[in-house]
Amino acid sequence: MDLNHRRNQLLSIGGTALLLVLLYLANTHGDNYEIRIINNCAIFIILAVSYNLINGVTGQFSLEPNAFVAIGAYTSALLTLTPIEKEISFIIEPCIWPISVITTPFVVSLLIAGVVTACCGFLMGFPVFRVRGDYLAIVTLGFGEVVRVIANNTQSITNGPLGLKGIAENTNVWWAWGFAIVTVFCISRLVRSSYGMAMKAIKYDEAAAEAVGINAFWHKMLAFTTSAFFEGVGGGLLAHLITTISPVLFTFFLTFNLLIIIVAGGLGSITGSIVAAILITWGGEWLRFLDEPVNLGFVEIPGIPGMRMVIFSLILILLMIFARHGIMGTREFNWNWVCRKLGIGGRS
Amino acid sequence: MALLSVEHLTMKFGGLVAVNDFDLALEKGEIVGLIGPNGAGKTTVFNMIAGYYTPTEGTIRFQGSPIGGQKANRITKAGIARTFQNIRLFSELSVIENVMIGYHCRIRSTFLGATLRFPLYRREEKMMVEGAMQLLKEVGLEDVAREMSTSLPYGKQRRLEIARALATGPKLLLLDEPAAGMNPSETQDLLQLILKLRKDYDLTVFLIEHDMKFVMEICERLKVLDYGTTIAEGTPHEIQNNPKVIEAYLGEVQRA
Repeated sequence: MDLNHRRNQLLSIGGTALLLVLLYLANTHGDNYEIRIINNCAIFIILAVSYNLINGVTGQFSLEPNAFVAIGAYTSALLTLTPIEKEISFIIEPCIWPISVITTPFVVSLLIAGVVTACCGFLMGFPVFRVRGDYLAIVTLGFGEVVRVIANNTQSITNGPLGLKGIAENTNVWWAWGFAIVTVFCISRLVRSSYGMAMKAIKYDEAAAEAVGINAFWHKMLAFTTSAFFEGVGGGLLAHLITTISPVLFTFFLTFNLLIIIVAGGLGSITGSIVAAILITWGGEWLRFLDEPVNLGFVEIPGIPGMRMVIFSLILILLMIFARHGIMGTREFNWNWVCRKLGIGGRS
Repeated sequence: MALLSVEHLTMKFGGLVAVNDFDLALEKGEIVGLIGPNGAGKTTVFNMIAGYYTPTEGTIRFQGSPIGGQKANRITKAGIARTFQNIRLFSELSVIENVMIGYHCRIRSTFLGATLRFPLYRREEKMMVEGAMQLLKEVGLEDVAREMSTSLPYGKQRRLEIARALATGPKLLLLDEPAAGMNPSETQDLLQLILKLRKDYDLTVFLIEHDMKFVMEICERLKVLDYGTTIAEGTPHEIQNNPKVIEAYLGEVQRA
């Protein structure tokens, strides 16, 4: 269909290679703080892109990612902690068998976290997709809270409010960005396939989608389960980056942050989610200078703690006024466009 | 055996009887029209056949097997495609994508196979693109294949909706007011198109329409609904002279 397919494929491979080189340089020359932000960016890319699949692409406004991230984080953390570490951590009630004795390598724990979260998402989908619209948002929000409350109260599995401590800091630039690249690759392939088109069809008109033979319920389930899988992996990476997890980490605020990212980036645009995930993760840190005293030469403004959140909110408000559909709308990054802009021909 | 046979179909919404004891038998290759004044229950009949409503009473059989109360997507897969009274295209998708979506229910690739682009999916994708292009040629939209569906003029959107319905590979096509909002020359083109599609795709057509000239010209048989009840049926000629039909449309004749 696309005459420049081969060229675009090569450009994509080249682009990925360039990204890896940049990451290598950042990894060797950057300080801990910078590397931490880079890793955070990757994790938020994973979470936002997969959240966007259900909210943006399929158009089912749901508010459950904090639940999925929590399930993924707990699953992978419990799998990588050694039996001795678990014995030390679980001081109120001992950890139940078999969780107490299992230890797996990091990458295995991430994949299991993904699968477990996907299973939870799949089961959650049956009751959840009986409703649509605002009701769906509320039901999924409820599920998010339920998971957090369960984490808080199952002392012998999650160690309750004490949380899990001393998780090995396994997440490095390569794991985080490796999984981010895999996630973006899989989800963009999915969105471009006919299954992705069917999901978009459901977003635009569910009745018409049914009329052309699309099983709307089943396609929503596919999107939801896929989304859950990658959220779970992202949660595992997050747990192994911050090394301490507890239920308070997975409140509605996590969902809220992701929602800001996908709306600011453009609902339904993978590119938008990536750009917004980087801008918001990195921008939030960059705006820290606003909390410090500023010397403008003629006047010195004293530091106001929390100033950056005010400015951040203002930027978001302006974005929503002047670019209602987010940074990218529903458009996607595309090499043909880049080449046209740079004046490099190619067949058309 | 009739392609579609409907017996004693009744739909009640609370106390309101929208359709009462509706019978229909469609033979293969027919073009049958359903007419009646506004609010007579015509679209309700369509919605029951296409699986949007579960009939309160009655049976619907398609090719011998009962389909009443099944979900819309299953009925489409069984071979009944429909268009809508108010055009319902997938906005923000291109014309060709709208038609390709119609093929989605016919592919055998799994979710994983499509995502990872296994050879089967690649072949099927090629089939989808070529099939969609062929259908667009058929309805005369091949030049606008890459344009946004909602940027098309009204008449072309109607044709696109028909092409999308055909992509699902139907045996029976339900058209809900296909000529609504068209000018006489567009209506004439549509008439020719429907006749051509019936021949090329071996279709049976059941349509609702208010444009009487169009209905009388294209339909071989007509059914007339008024307040949910069938008041007449027969050839267009018979219907035109049926006093009950004239009464339903124009009101009772005052006799002095």
